[in-house]
Amino acid sequence: MSVLKEFTKGFIKENPTFVLLLGMCPTLGTTTSAINGMSMGLAATVVLICSNAVISLLKNVIPDKVRIPAFIVVIASFVTVVDLVMQAYLPELYATLGLFIPLIVVNCIILGRAEAFASKNGVLPSIADGCGIGLGFTMSLTILGAIREILGSGSIFNFKLIPEDANGILLFVMPPGAFLALGLMIALVNHIKNRKKAAA
Amino acid sequence: MFIVLTIISLASAFAIGLAFYLTNDQAERVKKEKFDNAVKSVVPDFDELEEKREVEIDGDKLALYRATKGGAVVGTAVETISHKGFGGDVLLLVGFDGNGNIHNSSILSIKETPGLGSNMDTPKFKDQINGKNPDSFKLKVRKDGGDIDAITAATISSRAFSDAVSKAVRAYKTASAQ
Amino acid sequence: MEYVLVFISAILVNNIVLAQFLGICPFLGVSNKISTSVGMSAALLFVMTLATTVTWLLYTFVLVPMHIEFMQTVAYILVIAALVQMVEIVLKKVNQSLYQALGVFLPLITTNCAVLGIAILVIQKNYGLLQSVTFTIATAIGFFLALVIFAGIRERLELYETPKAMKGAPLALVTAGLLSLAFMGFAGLVNAPW
Repeated sequence: MSVLKEFTKGFIKENPTFVLLLGMCPTLGTTTSAINGMSMGLAATVVLICSNAVISLLKNVIPDKVRIPAFIVVIASFVTVVDLVMQAYLPELYATLGLFIPLIVVNCIILGRAEAFASKNGVLPSIADGCGIGLGFTMSLTILGAIREILGSGSIFNFKLIPEDANGILLFVMPPGAFLALGLMIALVNHIKNRKKAAA
Repeated sequence: MFIVLTIISLASAFAIGLAFYLTNDQAERVKKEKFDNAVKSVVPDFDELEEKREVEIDGDKLALYRATKGGAVVGTAVETISHKGFGGDVLLLVGFDGNGNIHNSSILSIKETPGLGSNMDTPKFKDQINGKNPDSFKLKVRKDGGDIDAITAATISSRAFSDAVSKAVRAYKTASAQ
Repeated sequence: MEYVLVFISAILVNNIVLAQFLGICPFLGVSNKISTSVGMSAALLFVMTLATTVTWLLYTFVLVPMHIEFMQTVAYILVIAALVQMVEIVLKKVNQSLYQALGVFLPLITTNCAVLGIAILVIQKNYGLLQSVTFTIATAIGFFLALVIFAGIRERLELYETPKAMKGAPLALVTAGLLSLAFMGFAGLVNAPW
């Protein structure tokens, strides 16, 4: 499998949010705006790339029996480093994303990729895989965040599209809206997939 | 088997420790700056901020900071909290000037409904207490016989704000009397 | 009386799944049958309570005195993984049938954001040990409530024709959204004493 293919599959074919249905918690919890969604995605991507790389490097050294704890330690370390860096250099973002930053460590995507790919493949393909899936995740979160932001706050990337005092459909920046927006997005993706299958 | 795990754990601890060492100073600086900016926005111009004092009001410990300029007290900042918010605790920083009038307030943290209670954090609402003397300006919403204009359809949030401010006033008075 | 209010607050007002978005993966994964939902919730309640207790003690008596609070994430997740492993081993020896019933749910609890999330949350909120445990139990009950209601609805939906694109996850999510909307009605019900 070429390295490029590893990279591109994360965007559509194996999109973690809309196809694989992984990492739902941060998807719902941090997509109140496009910026928040994108930041969460990027933070998770950084961790994913680093952990995939390290785990791939160590794959022949880690005994099979302790591989899950070993993976967890590696992932948790990178999450903590990202956490500390954000606290110091991106404080507002850190405050907005809050609890979901340490929760990156239990994001099924990262442990899932470590188990399914990084532990069985070389370093370069693992990094490509991490980049692809991570950026695919970021893309999904940004799209979902943008939808919720446009419908809910009438703005995009904090740029207001409607008059200053007006409100959008506030439902979308609250929990029910998160579920609804995500559910309908997945339905849309399914619909497109079914259409393609029928056409084939 | 355990050797590998131990080595990885040690490497991890080392990496994290290093990251902490490198970022801690900046993180502390950021926190202090945020606090300083908040205090600067709620009290009149000052040179120095005195040590934190704690005043207990209704079971909560409110933090109080006196601001001085050239040795004289020009203002006081009080971190106050109300548990009566619609979605959770309301945390405010209320600043008093040298005469005991409310100078300005800053919302530190609220979890109110977007579009309704969240409008607590708008000048239109929270600035109505600025410049007011807490002895003559009743810190309750009009519905409860006070002088504060509540946010439309967000009475509970408005009440929580009033509650937080009045607790700050009590803390200020208690500290002034000491 | 205070504790009753905390329970109501954690179960209804700030429901962990429907308002705080923790524990979504198992929520969507096991909620298609009421029986599996009950099993998952029970396992979660047990692990969460144990995990919060141990991590709280670890934080208060080890991490803070040693000034290494930043090791919280790593320490916590290792504790949780170890606890889940232990629970599995003990359960296998002590109660085979229960072990079989819970089956694949147990290892999945390690990656359940609810467990780690609540463990971190109680420290953020500065709760004491008893408060943390109470809060955790209440939260787990809230999870159970949301899950069982949800499973009931989903079991019913199985009997109806639904649009092809909506089948599975989309329908579940939209249903969860409506349930979340319903639970929003509880907001302002109680002002939790802490």
